[in-house]
Amino acid sequence: MNPTVMALRAGLSRGWIELRQSLTTQSDLFGLAFRIGAVLVVVIWTRGTHLPGMDFSLGTSTLVSVLGLNLVMYGVVTMGDLLVVEREDGTLLRAKATPNGMLGYLVGKVVSTAGQVLLAVVITLFIGAFLFTGLTIGHPGSWLTLIWVLVLGLLATLPAGAVLGSLFPSQRSAGPWWLLLLGGLSAISGIFYPITHLPVFLQYIGQVFPMYWLGLGMRSALLPNSLVVLEIGHSWRHLATFGVLATWSVVGLVLAPVVLRRMARRESGSTVATRREKVLRGT
Amino acid sequence: MLGVDPAHGGEAWRARTGVVLQSWRDHAKWQVRELLAQQGRYYAPYSTVGITRPWDVDDLLESVGLTKHARKRVSDLSGGQRRRLDVAIGIVGRPELLFLDEPTTGFDPEARREFHDLVRGLADREDVTILLTTHDLNEAERLADRILILTGGTIIADGSADELARTLPGQSEVRWTRDGQPFTRSPENATAFVRELFQEHGEAIEDLEVRRASLEDTYMAMVHQAERRTPRGLAAVTA
Repeated sequence: MNPTVMALRAGLSRGWIELRQSLTTQSDLFGLAFRIGAVLVVVIWTRGTHLPGMDFSLGTSTLVSVLGLNLVMYGVVTMGDLLVVEREDGTLLRAKATPNGMLGYLVGKVVSTAGQVLLAVVITLFIGAFLFTGLTIGHPGSWLTLIWVLVLGLLATLPAGAVLGSLFPSQRSAGPWWLLLLGGLSAISGIFYPITHLPVFLQYIGQVFPMYWLGLGMRSALLPNSLVVLEIGHSWRHLATFGVLATWSVVGLVLAPVVLRRMARRESGSTVATRREKVLRGT
Repeated sequence: MLGVDPAHGGEAWRARTGVVLQSWRDHAKWQVRELLAQQGRYYAPYSTVGITRPWDVDDLLESVGLTKHARKRVSDLSGGQRRRLDVAIGIVGRPELLFLDEPTTGFDPEARREFHDLVRGLADREDVTILLTTHDLNEAERLADRILILTGGTIIADGSADELARTLPGQSEVRWTRDGQPFTRSPENATAFVRELFQEHGEAIEDLEVRRASLEDTYMAMVHQAERRTPRGLAAVTA
């Protein structure tokens, strides 16, 4: 068999095994439940509040927008953080010592992270469907939109996560940046409140990043059409959503291999040993 | 290395080499057998007429003594078991050239002995060249067919343990007793010295003991000779 095909298949099985491990490890499950639970609490909190000028629950709208936030949270932050951690602990060095190991490693990461995103989205939607009214989950068109936004969202976020992950020197130094990234972006991306109620310059900044478009895509899929009046230009802007997310995907997919290769080249037994000592010393 | 500059070695070349990395906490959630099977898959396309890659996982577990722990999580292994897993991962692709970097650092004597048996067995049974670096001179003496001593980045000696000892005259020690009196000498040529000793005193010589310089003696002497300030390490090759 062709070595590249073999590495791809090994990567798929690697991703599947890691996803399964996640789902059978208590701390990982707790983390997943916590993230989903936290979202639901916020959403239930705002259930009684109405969207500005509408007879529609802000909670329902937030629930849907948060699915877009999820993509960035898992696609960028989880992916990036895993790269930082696994560079630190030598997983990447092992992959580098294996023929086509880096390819298998990355495919594995993509599969396991994508699996986590999908799981979070499905569980959130499932619980949400019981708790909230107004979701248009009965229409086949909704699911179609949901699927393409999800796929494009993964393409836009996972490579970006890999690039960011290879830039940070250690997990410690990365932590605050991830928080800043998530907090900052969700504030200007119309996740928790319609973006049209933000100052205009923030609206422009928000529209640069995928999180806004992912939230918009999710809302277009799962909320009634009448709510479009709360969006910029009174439109779901599917074409623009596709364009922006595709641009992020292409840039990420071009950049990621270059950055990752550079990162892999720097890895060696002694760099891993140095990092281990640093962590063990707690500095 | 295997006819290729490592900086330009492709994936096929990589498949012929094995590296035993010092594991730390990577793959903690993986089961031992699962991890070996996953690592082995990458080597399958690189089988040759003489070498079937990868190594069968169950055979491999058996030869590193981890059969009982096949379903354990890597994080639940003891230090010694983990080290053997590292070796197993290093050799799962049946490398023609294997690198071991200070493999027994931090081992207790029993684990060290077991590990030596494992490496010895590998070198004897498999057609593999092992390059092992170590600061433990007994280890080098016990395992290596060919020893290179590196100090300050330069190779100052190259040969088997015996050859190295022979390059330094006056390093053997001869002890004997005559008329109940103990004697010790370090002659340049121990064999000639003993012959003369017998010619002179005949049966009066008792408790004769000739000791070749240990690798440690040789090492110290060579490093002093090289007049380098800090000995850096010692590399051993066994074929």
